Amino acid sequence: MHLSEAVNTGYFFLAPWLVFAPLIGLLINLIFGSRFSEKGIGTVASLASGASFVVSVLLAWSLASSHGAAVTVPFLEWIHIGALELDWAFRVDSLSTTMMLVVSGVGTLIHIYAIGYMHEDVRFKQDPGRFRRFFIFLNLFIAMMMILVSGDSYLMLFVGWEGVGLCSFLLIGFWYDMDTLGRPSWANSNAAVKAFVTNRVGDFGFLLAAFTMFWALGSFQFDEVFEAAHTVAPGIIVAITLFMLIGVAGKSAQIPLYVWLPDAMAGPTPVSALIHAATMVTAGVYLITRSAELYMLVPQAQYIVAMTGAITALFAATIAVGQYDIKKVLAYSTISQLGFMVAAVGMGAFVAGMFHLVTHAFFKALLFLSAGSVILGLERGHHHLAHGHHDDHGKSGGKAGKKKESQHKDEEHGHDGHEVFDPGDMRNMGGLRKTMPVTFWLYLIGTLALAGIVPFAGFWSKDEILLDASLHYPTVYLLLSIAAFFTAFYMGRQIWMVFFGEARHEAAAHAEESKPIITVPLMVLAALSLLGGALNLPFEGFHTLGHWLEYTLHEVEALPLNLQVAGISTLLALLAILLSWLIYGRNPLKAGQPDPLKKPLGFLFTGMENKWFVDEGYFAVIVNPFKKLSQFLADVVDWRFWHDWFHEIVIAGTYNWLSTTALNLYADQKGIDAFANWLGTATQSLSAAMRKVQNGFVRSYALSVLLGVVLILGYLIVK
Amino acid sequence: MIPVEYYIILSAILFTIGVTGVLVRRNALIIFMSIELMLNAANLAIVAFSSVLKSFSGQIFVFFVIAVAAAEVAVGLALIVEIFKTKHSIDVDQMNSLKG
Amino acid sequence: MTLDLVLFLVLAVVAVATAFGMLFSKNAVYSALFLVLNFVTVAVFYLLLGAPFIAMAQITVYAGAIMVLFLFVIMLLGAERLPDTRVLPWQKPLAIGLAVILALESTYLLLSKARPAGSVLLPGDEVNTVDTLRALGMTLFNDYLLPFEVTSVLLLVAMVGVIVLVRREKGGQKS
Repeated sequence: MHLSEAVNTGYFFLAPWLVFAPLIGLLINLIFGSRFSEKGIGTVASLASGASFVVSVLLAWSLASSHGAAVTVPFLEWIHIGALELDWAFRVDSLSTTMMLVVSGVGTLIHIYAIGYMHEDVRFKQDPGRFRRFFIFLNLFIAMMMILVSGDSYLMLFVGWEGVGLCSFLLIGFWYDMDTLGRPSWANSNAAVKAFVTNRVGDFGFLLAAFTMFWALGSFQFDEVFEAAHTVAPGIIVAITLFMLIGVAGKSAQIPLYVWLPDAMAGPTPVSALIHAATMVTAGVYLITRSAELYMLVPQAQYIVAMTGAITALFAATIAVGQYDIKKVLAYSTISQLGFMVAAVGMGAFVAGMFHLVTHAFFKALLFLSAGSVILGLERGHHHLAHGHHDDHGKSGGKAGKKKESQHKDEEHGHDGHEVFDPGDMRNMGGLRKTMPVTFWLYLIGTLALAGIVPFAGFWSKDEILLDASLHYPTVYLLLSIAAFFTAFYMGRQIWMVFFGEARHEAAAHAEESKPIITVPLMVLAALSLLGGALNLPFEGFHTLGHWLEYTLHEVEALPLNLQVAGISTLLALLAILLSWLIYGRNPLKAGQPDPLKKPLGFLFTGMENKWFVDEGYFAVIVNPFKKLSQFLADVVDWRFWHDWFHEIVIAGTYNWLSTTALNLYADQKGIDAFANWLGTATQSLSAAMRKVQNGFVRSYALSVLLGVVLILGYLIVK
Repeated sequence: MIPVEYYIILSAILFTIGVTGVLVRRNALIIFMSIELMLNAANLAIVAFSSVLKSFSGQIFVFFVIAVAAAEVAVGLALIVEIFKTKHSIDVDQMNSLKG
Repeated sequence: MTLDLVLFLVLAVVAVATAFGMLFSKNAVYSALFLVLNFVTVAVFYLLLGAPFIAMAQITVYAGAIMVLFLFVIMLLGAERLPDTRVLPWQKPLAIGLAVILALESTYLLLSKARPAGSVLLPGDEVNTVDTLRALGMTLFNDYLLPFEVTSVLLLVAMVGVIVLVRREKGGQKS
């Protein structure tokens, strides 16, 4: 590790510990974790993540005290080939530290939450051995995310980009061999594969962007790329930015590659909160913000990005209305909110986008974790119902191994008698306000923040985006406003369905409140959701985040509060909540009753319920033809053509013919063998002929001698 | 005076007659005698050359040749006697059992 | 034609004739007798060439000892004549042809390439037999002493060999 002169002041030299702190935690748990208790494992992992957070804070403080001048901390020489010089260096500027703080801060809270959540989850799924694995994956994710946000070149960013993709895959498929109820199933595994493959499409776009960049601009380094970007044709920049948009669409779940995110909810809830809501999916937004100087050069690309975001925001919001799974609603909400961010950065409102990214990380993490708490509560209630009569199952805790199998059998046996119970289905909930009051209040704060009600954090950030859109892009403003309306509506619907009314399932009636280790991190997040707006209030002198990011983004519009826009959005939100109360709150849903929207909206609701059949469409248009093609390639081309015909007949046949007929029969037997045999028989017959000369008559021998003498004398004469 | 060529021609004729005797006759004894004739022819040539060159070496060689011939004849005749004891013939054409 | 030449030619004719006689005699005894005559003739040539010691050795060893041994064996075995068998029909003409070629070749070679300068016994040369013998003896027992002794060993070996060859085992045939 060598340090440049620029790093002499402040704590910049600590930058590599952003990555290595979680890596060390990972290694400790990997090597020694089997001897730790669950608390020990969780503590190590949380401390590792916390250390990363502390480093982030120190870096931000050092940056602030040096007036925001971006610092590059060189760390490692990586690839040096000709003109290509790739080093692993840490870029510390206001943008990257913002991301570091969010990732490590929210990440640490979720680590702590996960200690409590996974403790119950691994027991409900009958496999306590995976507790350690979960925290190893989480730490790996933090390390990878840090590489992503701290890299000073597009290639290091890509390393992290792929790394978090891997972690996402691993964690979505964490319960790869069972469903949410612990029954054998490959659904989670399939979801993980779907996420990975969809991301791969996006990563391909990113790679194309990177290749084009290196080809046209000659570098991957952020500063060098931005500098060179002014000198090339705008067409190339358009190509780069649009290829990049494909990558963003994959990672940040935008149309048309968003389909993996709802399925990604198959992962444990902390994963949904950390990776698929707060941090990883915002990497795309970060990428666009990081590439702000490229996007500013090409307004056409900016427009496409903004429209993509806006359409996604609205489209996902409509689907969220028709969902019954508590996490699915939040997943579509996440897609919708990511649409807001992408639209914002597409419009050039980078501060607004980053602001919304930060506040969204707070309140969406809060919502997901609260949803996890709800699910746990329902599972507890269900467990209480199913196994209330034999107590030994209540503490299936620390006794793993032998007992586990017998319990597993019992578990299956126990489930046989009951109907399939999904603890995430909102139709099984209701009335949880009474049984889980802490979770209710936390959830309510998250909902209000997401719906955009003053003075919660979501109001300020969303309002800033809408304000920007109203000034420059009326279409986007319209789409986003409708999306905001839907947002408030589906969140209202969720609140009424989950916490109000009567319990629609026995499990909901017997739900229990979660322990402090789960609720305390939620309270911190709730406080942040409540007060996060203070980061960038639209009043003179309060544009903290704007000024902070200005060090990196240079041109930042600090817009004052526009009462008209703020008023309209607040009005819409309140209207939506009122509407949701009219539909879901006034007459609470009864058990087994269909959604009250189903009748009036008809096929529209069917569309929402079934995600507008996008998955089916993808299957019909892409996946199934692709499978057919694969099958054709495997069966006809590979097996019948290559294997049966080419390999078996052409190559093996030729080889056989060559070896048995050509070489063996002709070359070997009739050629070499024959020659060797002929040599043998020739010698034999020659010897037989010569033998006759040796006739035993002394006089003949003497005659031969005479002949020889005569010949030799003749030679002497002739010579 | 007689030129040395005359002796040489005479020697060659005698030698050739000896050769012919070895090849033509079947009687082992006569073959043996022909060999003695050939030795004599060679001796004659050697003595003739010795006389021309005024040297005693040739005569001494001939002396040795006569001595060796005596030994040879003694052993050879003993062999013929032994052969006759087993084959009851001294026809060399009968002695062809050593063949390929 | 000098007297020397006449003598040479007469002796040469006798030598060749006796050689042919040895060759063509059906009876081995006649052959042996012709050969004795031939050896004697050659001994006379040795005398003419100024080699009286060799001439005497020829008479005693060849014409005397060796040929007596031959005659003794012929008569011992009773093998004067052989029954007429024609085992190798082409042997005789081939042998004669090759022999003639050999005679021509060797004559040519000896005359053309190997001939030493000068001729035998120049006129007026006195042949002092005693001096010649003394000189021969000095040479033989000084310069050629070792070969002489080796020859004696050779003769001893031949004698032992012959005794071993023809010895009878006690009580019957030898193995």
